[in-house]
Amino acid sequence: MNQRITSIASNTFREAVRDRVLYNLIAFALLLSGAAVLVGQISIDIEKLVVINLGLTAVSLFGVVIAIFIGIGLVSKEIEKRTLYTVLSRPVRRWEFIIGKFFGLAGTLVVNAFFMAIGVFGALLYVAHKFQAPDGWVLVALYFIILQFLIICSLALLFSSFSSPLLSAVFAFSLFVIGTFSEDLRNFAAMATGVTKWLATAVAYIVPNFSALNIISSVAHAQPVPSQLIVYNTVYALLYAGMALCGAVLIFQRRNLK
Amino acid sequence: MSAIEINGLEKTYSVGFWRKRPKCALKPLHLNVEEGEIFGFLGPNGAGKTTTLKMLMGLVFPTGGSARILGMDINDPQMKAQIGFLPEQPYFYDYLTAHELLDYYGRLSGVSGKELPPRIEKVLERVGLKDIRGVQLRKFSKGMLQRVGIAQAILHEPKIVFFDEPMSGLDPMGRREVRDLMEQLKLEGKTVFFSTHILSDAEALCDRVAVIHQGELRAVGAVAELTSGVQGKIEIVWQGTSLPASIKALGAECHVTGDTVRAVLSEESQDLAVDALRRERLHMISLVPVRTTLEQYFVEKLKRSEKTAGSLA
Repeated sequence: MNQRITSIASNTFREAVRDRVLYNLIAFALLLSGAAVLVGQISIDIEKLVVINLGLTAVSLFGVVIAIFIGIGLVSKEIEKRTLYTVLSRPVRRWEFIIGKFFGLAGTLVVNAFFMAIGVFGALLYVAHKFQAPDGWVLVALYFIILQFLIICSLALLFSSFSSPLLSAVFAFSLFVIGTFSEDLRNFAAMATGVTKWLATAVAYIVPNFSALNIISSVAHAQPVPSQLIVYNTVYALLYAGMALCGAVLIFQRRNLK
Repeated sequence: MSAIEINGLEKTYSVGFWRKRPKCALKPLHLNVEEGEIFGFLGPNGAGKTTTLKMLMGLVFPTGGSARILGMDINDPQMKAQIGFLPEQPYFYDYLTAHELLDYYGRLSGVSGKELPPRIEKVLERVGLKDIRGVQLRKFSKGMLQRVGIAQAILHEPKIVFFDEPMSGLDPMGRREVRDLMEQLKLEGKTVFFSTHILSDAEALCDRVAVIHQGELRAVGAVAELTSGVQGKIEIVWQGTSLPASIKALGAECHVTGDTVRAVLSEESQDLAVDALRRERLHMISLVPVRTTLEQYFVEKLKRSEKTAGSLA
């Protein structure tokens, strides 16, 4: 990676840290430790299931909210505050700026998820007193959550490259919600007929397939994750994020910074 | 080779939501700036100065024409490594310290890791921010931010520096410092291109100026060239409080201040006025030709262009 991209990425990461984005970890820690203590007292034999479900869902939701709310401002805020002028008047290509921003936000989310993962495993240890082999699948679920973050970051950047922060937030959040139910949408498309079938199929394939990336429930039930799914989800997420980033670059390349 | 060559650069925006209509921000502009000169780009607010600068910086895309800086295309990254830019009323990442900001910009400009720290120290000292390099920019005043802006523009030792309204919002001391810095840059052999509507600054600094109004170039030349031969008036100052009738009769504009009188009259009346003062036994302090200021020239130029536009309408 070239020096300009790494500089933009590390500056984006630094901005998130200094804007106290990582403070969400405190809320997460409180939530998880409270839940661990509580489920230890009220549930019998399903403590692990509750902790994994709650912990991974919280990792996902906290991350998605951060990805959307930082991502939507990554380009528009720089234009609005005119900080972009002194960046693009240097030997920085516009695509380098977009890619740098993407890596900066993705890095923030990975670091955030890393600390949250420590929290999840800490809570697991608290309720189960020891780790077991199936707990390793929690790591795969975390990996899929990070893949979700990459897609959401790229979509937020795409929307941020042409619309206002508010609209970008609406678009990104809508896609997250629809994408979470994309499996249901595919099932509906299979049952529908005529134009509805075409439309539902098109929407089901366009929106990101977050259903496939959500294996929290099966991991909580200690079910193994097929290696094919890991490969498929990795390729899918990288391709989807890559295409969204290409879209963001194409739009941003043509944009006049009035 | 000119430092900046602008050939018919123009910009038209589409305005309106439903029915888009074109709005011309800059009519085809032809301009050359030579290496090593301080060039002032003058015009009232909304004249097209910032649009021109943004096009040269690759922030806004021209609808026509082309420009070259140091012989290279305006979108060439190699060229951008050799220019510095201070935008109007700059805003920087306020969560960074001055040192961190310069480190960031230095890396973006391609300054190598070893070279960067001494350059940052040097430039912070030059703009007088060395003692507060560790303070976050959110605690900086407007004048201090302007200094940071100048520091980031010259950090990578560019050959050409573009300043957009560098004096706006600065107090007299700050303006003086920016002026001194521009003169130093010129002495170092750099080309300085700056836009301003503060004419006294342009008059004091510039080798040449261009006047732009309503998106159209109205004049280009050295300040002395533009302002010479416009007025043909003289100013006589003498001691006393009395105003001889013979001088009044020459159509002089007179002002009495304390125990001196200042009269402005046409060059042709010079000898008659001096004779009149001798006759009245008044002590003459000075007699100087009245030079047209850039401001007078500028106002005159704008009035004329507005009249022309009015008559065409």
